[in-house]
Amino acid sequence: MSKKLLLEHIDVEGIRSYEVYRKQGGYQAVEKALKTLSPDDLVEEVKKSGLRGRGGAGFPTGMKWSFLAKPDGVPRHLLCNADESEPGTFKDRYLMEKIPHLLIEGMILSSYALGANQSYIYIRGEYMFVMRIVEQAIAEAYANGWLGKNIMGSGFDLDLAITPGAGAYICGEETALIESLEGKRGNPRMKPPFPAVKGLWQRPTVVNNVETIAAVVPIVNHGGDAYAAIGIGRSTGTKLISASGNINKPGVYEIELGLPVEEFIYSEEYCGGIKNGKRLKALIPGGSSVPVLPHYLVCKTAAGEDRLMSYESLADGGFATGSMLGSGGFIVYDEDQCMVRNTWNFSRFYHHESCGQCSPCREGTGWMEKVLHRLEEGHGTMEDIDLLWDIQRKIEGNTICPLGDAAAWPVAAAIRHFREEFEWHVRQPKLCLERNYGLVTEKKFEAQPA
Amino acid sequence: MNESRQFTPELLEEVNRIVSLFPEGKQKSALIRVLHLAQAHFGHLDTEAMDYVARLLHLNPIEVYEVATFYSMYDTKPVGKVKLEVCRTGPCMIEGAEKLVSYIEQKLGIKDGETTADGLFTLKSVECLGACGYAPMLQAGESFHEHLTEEKVDALIEEYRANPVANYMGLK
Ligand SMILES: Cc1cc2nc3c(=O)[nH]c(=O)nc-3n(C[C@H](O)[C@H](O)[C@H](O)COP(=O)(O)O)c2cc1C
Ligand code: SF4
Ligand code: FES
Repeated sequence: MSKKLLLEHIDVEGIRSYEVYRKQGGYQAVEKALKTLSPDDLVEEVKKSGLRGRGGAGFPTGMKWSFLAKPDGVPRHLLCNADESEPGTFKDRYLMEKIPHLLIEGMILSSYALGANQSYIYIRGEYMFVMRIVEQAIAEAYANGWLGKNIMGSGFDLDLAITPGAGAYICGEETALIESLEGKRGNPRMKPPFPAVKGLWQRPTVVNNVETIAAVVPIVNHGGDAYAAIGIGRSTGTKLISASGNINKPGVYEIELGLPVEEFIYSEEYCGGIKNGKRLKALIPGGSSVPVLPHYLVCKTAAGEDRLMSYESLADGGFATGSMLGSGGFIVYDEDQCMVRNTWNFSRFYHHESCGQCSPCREGTGWMEKVLHRLEEGHGTMEDIDLLWDIQRKIEGNTICPLGDAAAWPVAAAIRHFREEFEWHVRQPKLCLERNYGLVTEKKFEAQPA
Repeated sequence: MNESRQFTPELLEEVNRIVSLFPEGKQKSALIRVLHLAQAHFGHLDTEAMDYVARLLHLNPIEVYEVATFYSMYDTKPVGKVKLEVCRTGPCMIEGAEKLVSYIEQKLGIKDGETTADGLFTLKSVECLGACGYAPMLQAGESFHEHLTEEKVDALIEEYRANPVANYMGLK
């Protein structure tokens, strides 16, 4: 089994089209599943594979599927989350743009496993050009009998459609996505009830990320056990990583989970090292919502072990010295980047994207943005740093949906690891506008009386 | 309502197709996409346009207003024929998004959020568009323009001057 499971055929010319995809073995997993596996068998295979959600939270997919309520006579739905708006993340777009039939094949398999006969892909509105590609592929799949009534004579019916959002990060949160798909504002719902019981149109619903659903194809082709043999520990299989920032080769890479972070950043096969011969300052490994790591915690954990690209290793040390794999939005910062400015930028993002339902999130994100902007512009005080710490603590855990946490964590981590840089902004308000603090461990700009 | 304030037969057919993707009685799910069509057709979503969409989908006007004002891609006020939407978020910022915005501001003689006097261009900085590895970037209509430089922006603006893409998110 090759290490590239999703992007194996990505460079084959014309792979976007049905004919070429089929020639490369496409839709064989559907044939296999409909002929030889019951829906429950398929859920079992996914459980065996150890696949975990690729949208950010990393929840075991097979387990999520087995929670789906199945009351008699009530239709169930599978929704694919293609909202992809987490800063630093662009892998779902890559997959849908390059090899849309892989997602459709995954949707057929997953819908079959869940007993869903009407499934939807919810894509962010800004990806309209990608939506047209997927819509074309869906039409091809219908024309070739992979969608519609009685697929391949199996008795299984499936209608699949793609539908857009219109600009709102919050619609990536699964209950907001459901609201949006119902044609409403993207306000997250209170849980419970969970979507598995009452989701789209109050019917049992599963929401999965694009990459999660695509991964079901190799799992069916090779078997759950073979998939589980790839990767490391409970981080099985492969993961798409969106690499951006100050690196030589930004882009989307498929890695086997367990690859050392150092190898991912510095090897020619992946990021190709830091641009312009600069040094690494910081890394955000899983999209803007996860804690930033200072350079000395990037390649090694606090315990001195190699840091690996896996759910466990990236989280090693908890939030004190670790982070999260998240969505795989891997953002690299070189020594010239300003951590205060970057934190302010992300706070502005969360403030902009807060749906406004809960006061800690609505007010807190705005407040953090303001205080950070003040610090960044050289008008901040030492108390502002403590104030920031206080605000983020009051948001975390006190909101309807995890966007509040997502806004709080990056601020907490930046203060935790780069406090000196924040303080330097207060002490050297003029200098801080001209240049950046450099690497934290160097104490390049040793404190001078203000 | 005069004729230009209604959908063409092709658009109405598209509305029917979109509605048919959802179960009987769930036509509200078509709203977000139909609003994209309406914005492409009418230029922006004023009350008249929103009321029209409400009638098409058998919704209360308030249900349409709520949605049109929630999502950032909808314009309830007039905008230029071409919206230049520059991503300003982290990964793009460190690759020069701010400079890019200033450059376009100077070139077009407008500030972020404004429209040129000829009604051709609106400049707007927006949040992450999912092109972080190809920064800096901007979206215009349905197209992403990535790895931007000042030269590329010059060429782009020339191109759009000659051929303003009004068909934003509409029929293809
Ligand atoms: C604010 C917010 C934004 C999110 N955005 C996305 C997204 O764009 N794509 C995604 O797959 N999951 C996103 N999620 C996670 C989803 O809520 C959900 O956990 C995920 O789609 C489940 O799929 P998975 O189990 O396959 O990962 C987001 C969560 C939050 C709180
Ligand atoms: S945490 Fe923020 S985004 Fe989530 S529901 Fe509350 S206000 Fe909305
Ligand atoms: S940060 Fe600009 S596209 Fe993601």
